[in-house]
Amino acid sequence: MKPAPFAYKKARSLDEAIALLGENPDARLLAGGQSLMATLNMRLSAPSLLIDINGIGGLGGIAHKSGAVEIGALARHTDAERSATIAQHAPLIARAMPFIGHPAIRNRGTLGGSIAFADPAAELPACLLALDGEVDAQGPKGKRTIKAGDYFKGLYETALGPQEILTAIRLPAASADTRVGFAELARRHGDYAIVGLAASARADGKGLKDVRLAYFGVGNTPLRAAGSEAALARGDIDGAVAALDLDPHDDIQATGAVKKHLAGVLLRRVAAQLMEQRP
Amino acid sequence: MSMDIDITLTVNGERVTERVEARKTLVDFVRDDLGLTGSHVGCEHGVCGACTMRVDGVIVRGCLMLAAQCDGATVETIEGLSDSGEVADLQAAFEQRNALQCGYCTPGMLTAAQELLQQAQARNAVPSRDEIREHISGNYCRCTGYHAIVDAVESVAKARAGAKS
Ligand SMILES: Cc1cc2nc3c(=O)[nH]c(=O)nc-3n(C[C@H](O)[C@H](O)[C@H](O)COP(=O)(O)OP(=O)(O)OC[C@H]3O[C@@H](n4cnc5c(N)ncnc54)[C@H](O)[C@@H]3O)c2cc1C
Ligand code: FES
Ligand code: FES
Repeated sequence: MKPAPFAYKKARSLDEAIALLGENPDARLLAGGQSLMATLNMRLSAPSLLIDINGIGGLGGIAHKSGAVEIGALARHTDAERSATIAQHAPLIARAMPFIGHPAIRNRGTLGGSIAFADPAAELPACLLALDGEVDAQGPKGKRTIKAGDYFKGLYETALGPQEILTAIRLPAASADTRVGFAELARRHGDYAIVGLAASARADGKGLKDVRLAYFGVGNTPLRAAGSEAALARGDIDGAVAALDLDPHDDIQATGAVKKHLAGVLLRRVAAQLMEQRP
Repeated sequence: MSMDIDITLTVNGERVTERVEARKTLVDFVRDDLGLTGSHVGCEHGVCGACTMRVDGVIVRGCLMLAAQCDGATVETIEGLSDSGEVADLQAAFEQRNALQCGYCTPGMLTAAQELLQQAQARNAVPSRDEIREHISGNYCRCTGYHAIVDAVESVAKARAGAKS
């Protein structure tokens, strides 16, 4: 289908975009458009105005500074996929990128758009949670930073206010003892996951500590599996699978029972990745 | 706030100035306003790849970009890639290997495959069959079953690598 009529305005600065959001309560921000345009074409929503933020300067950078990797909201998936900084300092993101959509989607889609949209089956929100990252936002009241644990509120619902713009995400940079794991099951390469798992941990002698497991595709938001984290830290993989306290609903892709089984399969794969010693 | 937007862009090497409805997608613009009907419209939500074209050197979904966003952009459609001879060998290989039947997916498939071939050439490599499958994973073909398409792309990748060395 074709989208319902709307007006279009290309914002030149964050302040201009924030002011436009204030004046037009049903306006939507347009970043990569790879989720928004699809929903507009299907007439799932009909905003009066699209505020294109692609022309706002300074939002597309990827930098390693003071122990963190900062990724600007407008960095495209392709930029992240090819970034040497991400490969070296944010290896979990590097592992996840190829699973996101297809090349033409990754050429346009942005990391900020993905975190703002917060699709429950998307890779990046789970990575943000697994890494205990944070989100920078700017709105009429100024700037603030939101921890990943406080950011995901519900189905497609985040802590961002109606006039707030996500400007960057920040992830702790990997150190020598950082271990990451990533796996997902999808029917076809590039589809949203049936179930996926993003994980981080720190090596502790021969074992692991600070294990963080973030599942996606099993609930309204990315979900931690606390019981399994504790078991993995003890090196008990069977125990970690047994402790999975997820309760996924049936969806178009699979029943809840199948998803729960697959979550255990992925846990074993990711546990093996986490326990692999670095060369 | 404006429902109509004036844009000036380059399409297949020609400068174009038009007034477009803000809601008009890029693929509808090139088809309906410019008469370039090689880019096809399938799903209109980013899934099938029939509308694949190049904007500022990279492949995009023509159905997920607005024409209004393309002010100042360089757009290349299959007509441009075809007329310049850039994909002539790929087109010949598709024909030779029966990599098309109805042809609906073909413009998008050629445009996507050409991007992979260029990336591979830049690093002096021949893409594997898996890499070819991954790069065209967003382009649906309802006729051929993909094997012939992968064969055609692979043969061109090898031929181009051979021709260069
Ligand atoms: C065929 C197809 C397959 C896909 N497969 C996957 C997949 O496997 N995994 C996956 O994760 N994604 C997938 N995607 C979605 C893709 O990753 C999108 O790029 C992403 O979800 C949204 O980013 P965007 O920049 O395109 O945002 P847009 O579509 O422009 O925006 C999405 C929403 O976020 C809001 N928004 C955007 N930027 C900001 C900001 N900076 N601040 C506040 N709000 C903002 C917009 O207003 C809108 O509501 C797929 C898309 C398609 C079409
Ligand atoms: S018409 Fe654009 S992807 Fe199907
Ligand atoms: S040849 Fe018919 S869809 Fe591909």
